[in-house]
Formats: sequence, structure tokens, C-alpha cells
Amino acid sequence: MKTILKVKNLIMNFGGLRALDHLDIQVREEEIVALIGPNGAGKTTFFNCITGIFPPTGGEIILFPPKKKSKRANRLKPNKITEIGLARTFQNIRLFQNMTVLENVMIGRHCRMSSGIVGAIFRGKATVKEEEQVVEDSFKILKKIGLSEYVNEIAMNLPYGAQRRLEIARAMATEPFLLLLDEPAAGMNIQETKDLNELILRIRDEEKISILLIEHDMRVVMSLSDHIVVMDYGKKIAEGTTEEIKNNPVVIKAYLGEDIDA
Amino acid sequence: MEYFLEIFLGGLTRGSIYALIALGYTMVYGIIQLINFAHGEIYMIGAFTALIVASVLTMLGLNTISILVLASIAAVIYASAYGFTVEKIAYKPLRHAPRLSALISAIGMSMFLSNYVLLAQTSDFLSFPNLIPELKFIEPYSHIIRSNEIAILVTTTAVMIVLTFIIKFTKMGKAMRATSQDREMAMLVGVDVNRVISVTFIIGSATAALGGVLIASHVGQINFYIGFIAGIKAFVAAVLGGIGSIPGAVLGSLILGWTESFATGYVSSDYEDVFAFIFLVLILIFKPSGILGRSESRAV
Amino acid sequence: MNKLNEIKKSFLASLWFMFLTFPIMVIRVNTVQKEIEWRWQNMFFVGISVFFLSFAWRFLFRQMASGRKTIEAGGLDKISLMQQIMNEPKMYYPILFAFTLFAATFPFIFNIYQVNIMTTALMYVVLGLGLNIVVGLAGLLDLGYVAFYLVGAYSYALLNYHFGLSFWLALPIGAFIGALFGILLGFPVLRMRGDYLAIVTLGFGEIIRIIMENWNEFSFGPSGIANIPRPGFFGIEFSLQGSIIFMYFFMICLTLFTIFIVNRLRNSRIGRAWVALREDEVACQAMGIDRTKTKLTAFALGATWAGMVGVIFAAKTTFINPASFTVWESITILCIVVLGGMGSIIGVIFGAFILILLPEYLRAFSEYRMVTFGAVLVIMMVFRPQGIVPDIRHRFKHQGSMVLGGKTKK
Ligand SMILES: Nc1ncnc2c1ncn2[C@@H]1O[C@H](COP(=O)(O)OP(=O)(O)OP(=O)(O)O)[C@@H](O)[C@H]1O
Ligand SMILES: [Mg+2]
Repeated sequence: MKTILKVKNLIMNFGGLRALDHLDIQVREEEIVALIGPNGAGKTTFFNCITGIFPPTGGEIILFPPKKKSKRANRLKPNKITEIGLARTFQNIRLFQNMTVLENVMIGRHCRMSSGIVGAIFRGKATVKEEEQVVEDSFKILKKIGLSEYVNEIAMNLPYGAQRRLEIARAMATEPFLLLLDEPAAGMNIQETKDLNELILRIRDEEKISILLIEHDMRVVMSLSDHIVVMDYGKKIAEGTTEEIKNNPVVIKAYLGEDIDA
Repeated sequence: MEYFLEIFLGGLTRGSIYALIALGYTMVYGIIQLINFAHGEIYMIGAFTALIVASVLTMLGLNTISILVLASIAAVIYASAYGFTVEKIAYKPLRHAPRLSALISAIGMSMFLSNYVLLAQTSDFLSFPNLIPELKFIEPYSHIIRSNEIAILVTTTAVMIVLTFIIKFTKMGKAMRATSQDREMAMLVGVDVNRVISVTFIIGSATAALGGVLIASHVGQINFYIGFIAGIKAFVAAVLGGIGSIPGAVLGSLILGWTESFATGYVSSDYEDVFAFIFLVLILIFKPSGILGRSESRAV
Repeated sequence: MNKLNEIKKSFLASLWFMFLTFPIMVIRVNTVQKEIEWRWQNMFFVGISVFFLSFAWRFLFRQMASGRKTIEAGGLDKISLMQQIMNEPKMYYPILFAFTLFAATFPFIFNIYQVNIMTTALMYVVLGLGLNIVVGLAGLLDLGYVAFYLVGAYSYALLNYHFGLSFWLALPIGAFIGALFGILLGFPVLRMRGDYLAIVTLGFGEIIRIIMENWNEFSFGPSGIANIPRPGFFGIEFSLQGSIIFMYFFMICLTLFTIFIVNRLRNSRIGRAWVALREDEVACQAMGIDRTKTKLTAFALGATWAGMVGVIFAAKTTFINPASFTVWESITILCIVVLGGMGSIIGVIFGAFILILLPEYLRAFSEYRMVTFGAVLVIMMVFRPQGIVPDIRHRFKHQGSMVLGGKTKK
């Protein structure tokens, strides 16, 4: 299978703190990769680096969008990276709180649209058509994610689980080839977690989107991932299939105190 | 050479005053990440209180030294009380609101206070009595430095030393440092964050009031508007030094003081107030974290 | 018991404020005549009013807390009537029509003085709508908005003085120069964090004014520029009265035009991007929105309107000097936006009428204007940050399965 994200020797320093230490990670087409590790291991920081929110101190990030030329993403702005085809959710939910659910998803479509100020003012045929298309597409996405009952609610009034799903819907709207999920199951109950599991599998199988997933819930990780990467103190300490990771003494040691019941 | 020295010392005095005000900005910003727009008004209210108290005491026929001491004490007490109250009314309810809300509230407070003084007192300049006695031994050098300026330099230095001591060695200082690092965390380990914030406002206001008394008796007149310009300049100084950093505020203030002093002394005084802003824009473009500030990256 | 406690709290608050306001409110010194005036009655007033206000303050707080609880419990849509009106052209067109009728007959019912005041109010409506793009929609706190207003006014005054340029030519030019300044200032400052942006724009506004005051050869300094011609209309020259009425109608048209444009922008791709930017900058960029470009368009568009109204201001007063463009002017416009409701078009219109007309008609209170504005900003932020007419997000209908008001019929 083709590689779509290749990270080599990635380093990120915050002042004296080295949050990422020579990290190598690869994601292949139609793969679900889980990134696990104790709190403060640097998982979120890794997401922030590859999505352009923090410029990494060193290393290489290379994206291979399907049907397009590969691209080095080290110094690109976050919006450029999203345009190329990475989309993400946030660990501590960052929705556009005072906008409706549908508008949140429409924002995700922004980078796939083209009308500008002039179009907005004169509202010509092309603009009107584009707007209608966006509403249509956004409805479809919400339906797929299972949020159609909330379409016109204000985002901050949604139940917690629905907010997490909306983050996914919004990311999906940008048409990514790789979706980065930062603890999507955090704070969800058992039923919600199960639904989420199914959703993630569906996204991979039906939309052919690869997924890179940070998760503390080992049931989710073990049931979904094709490949697991374990981090601690900014370093990759192990990687492999679920079976390999489950039985890896190094991993068990890093997690000492935390239970990995799979 | 003497002209140079005069300008140099003028800049030093100016910078010291900015430092006394800038401390309040930088401390408050360090703890609640808010530009306290009303801080300049606190300084102005300090100066007004001193003027009023001094006038009343003069009528009662007290001698200059006791007037100076009593007026300064009154200014410090009142400014602190105002700072404390402003925080309780305009900022505390907004602690979890978007930053824009708190900022607008601060602007409203600033406008309210300056116009409150305008209405209750006057829009005219009031002449401020010279409270600081002339020292005999510097008379031969009076064209270079006056006793006023010496008082300013001495006070600023003393305030800095006391403040550094408080922050480094007292329990409250520790709590302040903890709160500015991470408020949630500080709260979890038992720091009374509300008290820390109140104390920060009180200390900042008190030093600003001292600055108000000193500059007013140096310049010799005040009106309700002095807080606005001084406040902005002190803020610029705080940003220049690196907002959140106390030594930074002092350094920034001195640099700004000298720049203004030399620019008006050697170039032109028409655009005196413009330099601060140009400075500000340049720093924020090229080094937003200031000279001594930590560069901050937002947590995501 | 509870009541007693409340009274005690109010009493203490009242004592505290009496202490706080004592030197400034009670004593007044006249340093020239060396006289001191004691105004004990003020202390009494402060005591009484704080006593009652503190009840109101605590009441509002409880009100707000309980309001928040209802929302958390799912009891939403208190404003659904407003929403329905806003979403349904059939509902708001008649209202709009009634307003139009009133506006059209206004100059023939009221005297010239009233018409003049109304024109001023309309100018502030347009300024408010312009600033609303920047502050309300994009969430950029611009405290130097008046700078663009000044630029517009001086563009017309100077172009007319040197080249005899007419009002109608100056109008688009003023708007353009306003936008140009918006972009010039925007480029360096829009990368800054929100609070730095506020102070830098404030500084920029002051710099421009100070330059105008000191650069005599260019701007005629503090004495300003007089005899700026009022606009004609296709060669017709108006009498003073005619000109005032003409200005009024022109402002009505411009206001409608502005509402139209701002409304279209708001519900467009770019308008959504502005709001998203206000809500969460990081998430916004992660969704593929170019932060700098989006901010710059908001800033430049806001400045365009300020430039345009600047030209009108110069033509209306026929005299300008830097004193008309102080930071207070920026704050007044900000106050209009905040009071009305950030992001809300109707809100801003209300805000402008309240804040401009009330002080005009309550002449006795006009000296309390700035104090009140300051208090309004604080109180609105504490108790009602969404303003008197909150911004309502557009609801979309889809295939007949959705209905208005945010609820779904299955
Ligand atoms: N913006 C920042 N500035 C300074 N240090 C940071 C910043 N962001 C993260 N860090 C530090 O980097 C380290 C890694 O943090 P990160 O958030 O990536 O951990 P994580 O693996 O996502 O943990 P968790 O499971 O708790 O989400 C931590 O020590 C954290 O304090
Ligand atoms: Mg994390």
C-alpha cells in the first residue's frame, strides 16, 4: 500500500522542553493508525506540528496526496495543509460555538469553495449555485455522521457526544485524505463509544480516508487499529500490530499504573 | 555635554515614572492575561487624590514634609481601593468570558473613570503644589537635575527592590508566580486565586499612585486626561520589555523614556507622543514577546 | 434572614462607595483662588444610589445564572419570534415598508433641526455597521476606526481645496483611500493577538490625528479646513434647507445600501469565515481558512465605510479639524456596536439611534454622555454580552424535512 504521510526525525522544542524527540511515523493508504502513550507524551503536540499550528524545530513532514505530487509540509500554514488534505479534530473541543451545526460544517467546506467578496455582494448565478451546493453537501455529511437532528442548533448547546461528532463532521467537510482524531472517545459513554467505533470504520471503508487516531480508551484502540505507535516523553518507544503491542514489555512498563485492559 | 547629561537624566526620570505605572500592567497581564485599560485612570486618580488631600492640608497649615507623606499615603490607599473595586466590578464577572469581552469592559471602565473625574472635578488643568523640598546640596547642579527627579529615581528604585523581595520571598509572591504560570493548577494546589488577583491589582495600583504623586509634583499640573496618555505609554513600555516580566517592564520603561527624551531634545517635540506608538508597532511586528518576555505559544 | 443579609450587603457596598468617592466627589479644590468646596450632598447621593443599585446588581447576577441554567437544561430559543421574522421575508417586508414610509415623510413632518439630527444618527448607523464587520463579525477589536473616518473627511476636504473635486467623485475616492489605509495598517497588525491589535489600532488613530494637528502645510493644523462645499445633485445647487433635506435622503439611501451589502456579506462564504475567525482562530485555520487574508478583508471593508462616511461628514458640516476625530469617537462607535449586539445588523441600528438620539434629546444629560457610555460598555459585557438585539444565525431549510427555529420534524 502507498504511504500517504511520512514523518522523519521530527523534533519540537518548547523552550528547554523537548516535546517531540526524533519521531518517525508513517501512515499508509486506508489504514487506521493509533497513536498512544501516557499523558504528556507529546501526542497532541505531534498533531499540532503536522497540521502546521506549531512550526517544528527539526525534521521532515511529507504528505503524499492521492493523484497529486508529494509535498513537504514543514513550514506551511495550517490552512494550506488542510487544503492539501489533512483534517483534524481537537482534544478539547473547539467548535465555532455560536454558529449553528450546519454552519460549522459549511466552514469546513470553505477551502473547497471559491466565491469572494464580489460574488457575495452581487450574488451571481455561480455564487448562488455554490451556496446551494454547500448547504446540500453539509446536510449530507451531517446525515452520514448521524447529526441530522441537530442541523439548526447552536453548536454550544449540543450534548457532549454530539459535539465530538460535529468536530469529525466538520473535519470531513474539508475532504481530507487523512483524518487526525485527537481522543474522539474522551468523555463518551459506552453506547456513544460503540457508535463512534462504527463511525470511524465507516469513514475508512466508505470514504476511503485514512485515519490517525490518538486515544486513551484501549478498547477503541485495540478494536480499530491496523497499526499502533506508542510514544513516551516525545519518543517512539514501540510500534506494531495490536498483538505485538499488547505483549510488548516496554509498552507495559511505560503504562505502569495505567491499565491496558483489552 | 551638560545638555546631553540633562537629557539623559530627563529620560531616566521619565522612564522611572513609566516603570511605576508599567509594573501594574505587567503584573495584571501576567496573572489574568488582560490589558487593564483602566490602569492609567487609577494613576490619574492617585494624582488627584494627592492634590485634593494636599490642598486641604495646606489650608490647615501643615508643613511640607507631613503634607507630602499624608498626601502620598492617601493617594496610595485610594488608588488601591479603586483598583480593587474595578477588578471586582468589571473583570471578575468576566473571568471565563471571551477575551474580547473583558477587553471591552476594561475600555469602558477607563472611559467611565476618566469622565467621572472630569464631571466631579474639572476639565481644566489644576496646578499641583511642589511637595518635594529642594535639597541644598544639589543646588549648584539644579540646571541638570532637580530634587524632584532625585525623589523619583530613589522611589522607583526602592519600589523595585521591595517588589522583587515580595515576589521572590513571600508566600503571596509564590502564589502569584504559581497563578501566572497556570491558574487552574494553582487553584488545584490550594492557592486562593481570587485573593492573588486582588492583591495584584492593589500592588499595581499603589505603585501607579506613587508614580502619579511624583510626576504631578514634577510637572506641576494635572487634569483628568493624564491617565490616558501615560497609561498607553506605560503599556508600550511593558510590551517592549516583555509583558508579564517585571524586570522587562523597568527596562522597557527606561528605553522608552530615553528615546522620547532624546528625540524631543534633539529632533522635535511636536511628535513626542508618536514615538511610543511607532515603537510599539515595530516591537510587535519584529519581537512580539518583547526584550525579556517568554515567547509564548498557545496551547491547543 | 435572607432579606436582612441582602440589606447588609447593600449597606456595606454603600459605605464602601461613599468612602471610595469621598475625595473626588465631595471635595473640590480651586487651585487658582485657593478655595475648597465641600459637597457633602454628593456623598449622600452616592450612598443612596449605591444602596439600591447593589440590589439591582445582585438581582441581575442571579437572573443571569438562572438564564444559563435554562439553556443548559435545553430550554432554548427564547427569541424564536425574532428568528422567525428574520428568516421570513414575508414577515419583515411589511415592517420594512412601514419604516420606509416613516423615513420618507420624516423631513416633511419634522423641522430642519430634527432632520439634521436624524442625518447624524444615520451616519452613525452606517459607521456602526462598518465597524460591526470588523468587531462584531470578525472579532477584531479596532479602537482606531476613527482614523479611517478622518482619512475620508480629509480626502474630500483636501481634494476639493486643491483640485475642486466634487462630492460625488470624492465619495468613492474617500471610500477607496479608507480601504487603502485599512490594508496598509492591516498588513503589519493583523498577525498580532487580539489585545495587542486593540492598542495598536488605538495608537494608529492617535498618530493620524496628531500628524494632522502638526503638519500645517498639509492639513492646515488645528484650525482645520473650512468652506467645504455641500453636495449638489446633477447640477442642482441647494439652499441650506434643501441641502439638509437632500443629505437626509442621501443618508437614508446609503443606510439601506449598507444594510443590503452587509447582510449579503454576512450570509456568504466570506461572512461565515469572519464569524468562525471570531469564534476560534486556531480551529478556523485548521478548517482551511487563511487567517490573514480573511482578517484583512474585514478590516479593509470596515475602513471603506468609515472613509465614505468621512466624506459625507465633511460635506455635511462644511468644516473639519482634527478635534472631531479623537479616540472618543472610536469608542462611541464601538459602544453602538456593543450595545446593539455584536454581529447583529438590527442591533447596530438600534444602538446608533439610542446612543446618538438620546443625548441629543436629553440635553440636560448630555454632559453625562461619556460616563454613561463607559458604564454601558462594562454593564453590557457583564450582563448581556450579546447586546440588546443579539445576532441570530441563519437557519437553513432542507427538502421540507427541516422547519425554522432550530427544531426538526421527523
Ligand atoms: N504550547 C505549549 N507550550 C509549552 N509546552 C507545551 C505546549 N504544548 C504542549 N507542551 C508540553 O509538551 C508535552 C507534551 O504535551 P502534549 O499535549 O502533546 O501531550 P499529550 O500526549 O497529548 O498528552 P494528553 O494525553 O494529556 O493529551 C507536555 O509536557 C506539555 O506540557
Ligand atoms: Mg493530548
